[in-house]
Order: sequence, then C-alpha cells, then structure tokens
Amino acid sequence: MKLIIQDDYDKASDFAARYVLRKIIDFKPNADRYFTLGLPTGSTPLGMYKKLIELHKAGKVSFRYVKTFNMDEYVGIPRDHPESYHSFMFNNFFRHIDIDPNNANILDGNASDLEKECEDYEKKIAAAGGIRLFVGGIGPDGHIAFNEPGSSLVSRTRIKTLAKDTIIANARFFGNDMSLVPTSALTVGVGTVMDSYEVMIIITGAQKALAFYKAIEEGVSHMWTVSAFQMHPRTLFVADEDATLELKVKTVKYFKSLMHVHLKMIDEPEAAAQGDK
Amino acid sequence: MSVSFSDKSLEKEHGSSHLVQFRNCRVLRGHALRTEDMWVRGSVVANPEQVFYGERRVADLHVDCQGLILAPGFIDIQINGGFGIDFSSIKAEDFQAGLDKVAHGLLQFGVTSFCPTIISSQSSVYHKILPMLKKTNGSANGAGIIGAHLEGPFISVDKRGAHPQQNIISNDLSDPVTAIEKMYGPHLDKVSLVTLAPELPGAVEAVRLLVEKGVKVSIGHSSGSLLDGEKAVNAGASCITHLFNAMESYHHRDPGLIGLLTSKYIPSDRTLFYGLISDGIHTHDSALRIAHRTHPDGLVIVSDAVAAFGMGDGVHKLGDQTIHVHGLKATIAGTDTTAGSVASVPMCVQRLIKAARCSVVDAIECASLHPAQFLDIAERKGTLEFDTDADFVLLNDALEVQATFIAGRLVWAK
Repeated sequence: MKLIIQDDYDKASDFAARYVLRKIIDFKPNADRYFTLGLPTGSTPLGMYKKLIELHKAGKVSFRYVKTFNMDEYVGIPRDHPESYHSFMFNNFFRHIDIDPNNANILDGNASDLEKECEDYEKKIAAAGGIRLFVGGIGPDGHIAFNEPGSSLVSRTRIKTLAKDTIIANARFFGNDMSLVPTSALTVGVGTVMDSYEVMIIITGAQKALAFYKAIEEGVSHMWTVSAFQMHPRTLFVADEDATLELKVKTVKYFKSLMHVHLKMIDEPEAAAQGDK
Repeated sequence: MSVSFSDKSLEKEHGSSHLVQFRNCRVLRGHALRTEDMWVRGSVVANPEQVFYGERRVADLHVDCQGLILAPGFIDIQINGGFGIDFSSIKAEDFQAGLDKVAHGLLQFGVTSFCPTIISSQSSVYHKILPMLKKTNGSANGAGIIGAHLEGPFISVDKRGAHPQQNIISNDLSDPVTAIEKMYGPHLDKVSLVTLAPELPGAVEAVRLLVEKGVKVSIGHSSGSLLDGEKAVNAGASCITHLFNAMESYHHRDPGLIGLLTSKYIPSDRTLFYGLISDGIHTHDSALRIAHRTHPDGLVIVSDAVAAFGMGDGVHKLGDQTIHVHGLKATIAGTDTTAGSVASVPMCVQRLIKAARCSVVDAIECASLHPAQFLDIAERKGTLEFDTDADFVLLNDALEVQATFIAGRLVWAK
C-alpha cells in the first residue's frame, strides 16, 4: 500500500488528477491499446475531475484512447435526472473532455433485465482487458462503490439494496422526499475492483477519518469493505490531513517520510511525452 | 474538424442530422451565462447529454467562438422600416422587395425575427399589404417574419405621435367586429399584434375579439386612465406599446397606463409585457431604470426604428421629408423635431444595461426571451433551450454583434 497525505482537499485532488494523467501518458495508449479507467461519482472526486479537465484543456492529456467504466448507478431514476450518475459524469467530466461516447461505460439502471446488465458489464470490462486503474472514494461507513457494510469481499457487479443511512443521506438530493430516493443500485463488486491492475482511493475530510482508520489500521472486514484493498498488490490511498485524524501518529509519520519518493510518481512526464514524438 | 465562427462553410445547408458543437463560448441558458458548449443538430439546439449517451456520437464539426457570448437571436416586435424603406408608406408593388431589404439588413444587428410594423393607415393599405405578407423563418436572405404589428389606427388622436391624423379612427369601435373587419380585412392570420387605445368606446370588446382570433393586443397611443388599462388587460391585452411614449405621463393622483406595471387588478398568472425604446433618446435613462426595477420580467426592448435606420450618419431624403441623422439622433432637417428612432436592438440592449444598471443576461433576455414569451413562441424562439430553433448571435463583451446564425447557419459575420 502507498499512502499520500496532502494538506487539504484541493491538494489531494490535484495529486489524484496528476496521478491519473501520468498513468495514462506512461501507458502510451493508441487505437489498438486503450487505457481502461474505473471512475467514481460523488463529492470526493469532483476536485480531481476539475483538475483533469484543466489539464486536458491545457493540452496535457487526451482521453481519445481511454475507456472508462463507472462504478455504479441508481436503479429506476431517469438517465437524465440531475442526480443520476449518468448526469453527474456528463456534467462534471465527459462533456469537457475528448472521450468518445462509445468508450464511456456506465451501468444502465433502467435496463429491462438488470441481472443481465450486470453480467454484461463484467464481460465488457473483461473484453476491454480489465481495468488498468480504478479510482474510488469511500463512504463514512467505509463502503466502496455501493458495496455497503456486510457486502461480500469477492462480490461481482450486481443489484444492491441501499443501506438506510445511504438513503437518508441521499434524501437531500431528492427534495427531502423519501419516496423519491432510489432504494437500490447497480454496482461493481469489491471483487470487480480487486481485479484491477491498480487501485487509487481518495479519502478526504474528517467525517471519513474513522472509515480510513478501519480501512488501513485494522484487519480486513466486510463491515468496512474498503479494507479489502489491504489484499491488493497495488493500492494507493490519497488523503488530506483531516482524513488522517484517527490514524496513529506513527502511521502518518511513516508515510509522510516517504512522500519525497511518492511525489516522483506525478512528475511531469516530459521525457515520456517527448519520446512519443 | 474545427473552424472559426465566421468560416464560410458555416453558411452552407447541411442535413438535419449534421451535428455542430460551438465551443469556447459563454452560452446564455437558464438565465445565466454558462461556460459550456452549444450543440446544434440540423437547425435546432441539441441536448449534448442525449447526443452523448443516447446517440453515442461526436460532433461533425467544431466551431471556435473565441470566447464570445452566445445568446438567442434578437426579436424586434416594433420596427417601422429601415434602410430607406417605410412599411407604411411604401407602394404595394414595392412592398415585398422593401420587406426583403429590411429583413436582410437586420441580420447585421443580430435580429433573427421581427414584426414589420404598420402605423395608422387607410383601410386600403391593410387590405393590400396583409395578403402579401408571408410569415417565414429566417434564412441567409433575412430575418424571419413572425407577423405584422398593426399600430393603430384605433388610437387616441391626442396621443397619435407621428401617425397621420387623417388615418386615426377613435370613434368607430362601438361595433368592433364590423370595424375591425372593415379596417384590417380578412387577413388577421398575418397579424401578430395590434396596438390600440383602451379608452375608445368598444375597445374592450375589440380586445376580446382580437385575442380570440389569436392576435395579441398591446395598448398604447392612448389618453386612457389606469382603469381603462386594467379593463383592457383583463379582457386579454398583454402588452403596453412603447411605455412612456404616446401616453399620459405618470401623475401621482392619476397614474395612467404606466400604473399597470404594479396593478393588482390584472391577472397575476400571466405576465404583462411592455415595449420600451431604450435608445437613450426616446426614454430617459431614469425612466428605463424605474420601469426595469418595477417590472423586469415584462420588459421588451423595441427599436421602433424608422426608414432612416441603417442608413448611417448624414442627410437622407425619405419621401417628402429630409432627415438628418447623427448617431442615434434623427431629426427633420433644419429643425429639432425628432424623426423617430434609428437605434438598433443591440444598441438598445447596451443602453439598457447602462441605464437600468441591470445584468447582461437581463438586458439580452429583454430583446429575446421576453418578446418570444409575449408572442407565445418561446417554445421555438428567444431561448437556447434544447429543441428550439438555433437562431443566435455571437456578441463581444461590449454586446456588439460579431455574427448571426439562423437555423444553425451563419447568415452574417462582421
């Protein structure tokens, strides 16, 4: 595991964006070789998307040869509902970059056969060669995607009933009318994300501190599904100071002492870029 | 492929599925200037999210708008002519050519639709001209024609302004069905709006009749009181013609038609609109400001332009008059008598921002969204909502028109 600790949310977002950029460029994607990127929604990754858009507009990265796979989508709300993850991804990311719409994959929560939709999604990921880099965030209860506490750590893409906490937390996006809040979602499984070549999880804010502690300082547990990534060979956590509040001083100090090494991972890839030409 | 907004290729007709993405612009949508792209499919505004997820398509063409404001095309509901043409006095056989000339001339001013306005005339004029008038969408040939604005002749003699006195009818509305049919003839389907004075006997019935026939009624050129105005609005009138001009001044014990702006004795479920000539000459900045502060949602910028509009500074011979134009001032040569407005809509928009100290968005909507709402055409015109007609202008920060597009095609560029 690698852990990056940045001063605040903006700096953590900046790091995450530069990391994605570096990974895409180093991969040297082309028409026969697509970079596959797993993507989250929610408030945590917004800063990363913003920064990636900036980097794209500055001409530093293209998404022409990138295939994206989103983690999850609500069941039964219209695709163009402002709270759907389709809308989120379009408005906060896709509309601003040069990705081919055919390469932007999101689970269809309105599919007539939801189980088949989930199976097909797994097949689609496999056909694309698996996910090269899966970016995720976590909930305050340590869930990754919609893998709520108690989800199997080898789960695959499937329909999931949302936890009461999640439904209540979402009510504010639906005019506080509980009857309008989706109660189930399609989500990739913990196992789906575990199969990725590399995983980057962004954790920011004091409200995530306990979950973060559970994720890395206690054992693997399906009650804190993000803890599964202790078993992944290439996991990178990107946190801000606030998210580390529940960690041991020793843990924080150790990873901070490694920062000078980790920061090299996002150096501007001048040499690589020039090598392309 | 990417081209500049003034590229000649944008003038061409493409198929109805041709998808163009206007980039690097600030789009006026949802009452705000948004830094986002504007998508056009064929001749209508497309929903990019639908294109992305529904059709999984990328644009056939990218257009670089160079950071300009992209706003709905202007709609002028009151324009008497321009470029030497006067719609009311032109000979019937020259009418079509004259109308075409004005429609084409308006493109450089970002006007994409208008209501050619005919002031109080003899009955024969309406009978001849209205059948010739074609309601058309705009094109490279000129701005679209929504329908005629018949300003008079059922107005107050005292408040006739420049209307010829002999044409004014102020006592023949007691049998409105007959009077209106006799005056305008059978072609009311060519008419978008009629200006009449609400205090004339029979005016309220006339309003009802016109509204029933799908014609909007604007009240003006009137000596009427607030009560007269309220009666007309309750009968269906939905606009006031060039507020402040050709009506009683606002008096604190007798507010006149201006009082309608805050009246509670008119329907609250629909907006009362009012035209305003915001050229800085016909209406004082203070009056513009007061009107805007009082009732911003009803403000409709009108040019009320006359034949000398669009001819530039200098001395112009128009009919039997010699008009002297200097900037926005047009006077009858040798006198200080104003000869009407020579302001363009974008100039009025610029002036309104200064005078009313309102936002760019507010001012532009007064010349696009509001007139479209008044004429009940906002489902197609006056906005850039998805699936509306792609009639729009590119404006710089001084709100000067840099390019005009109609149905997605470039029809004028600076």
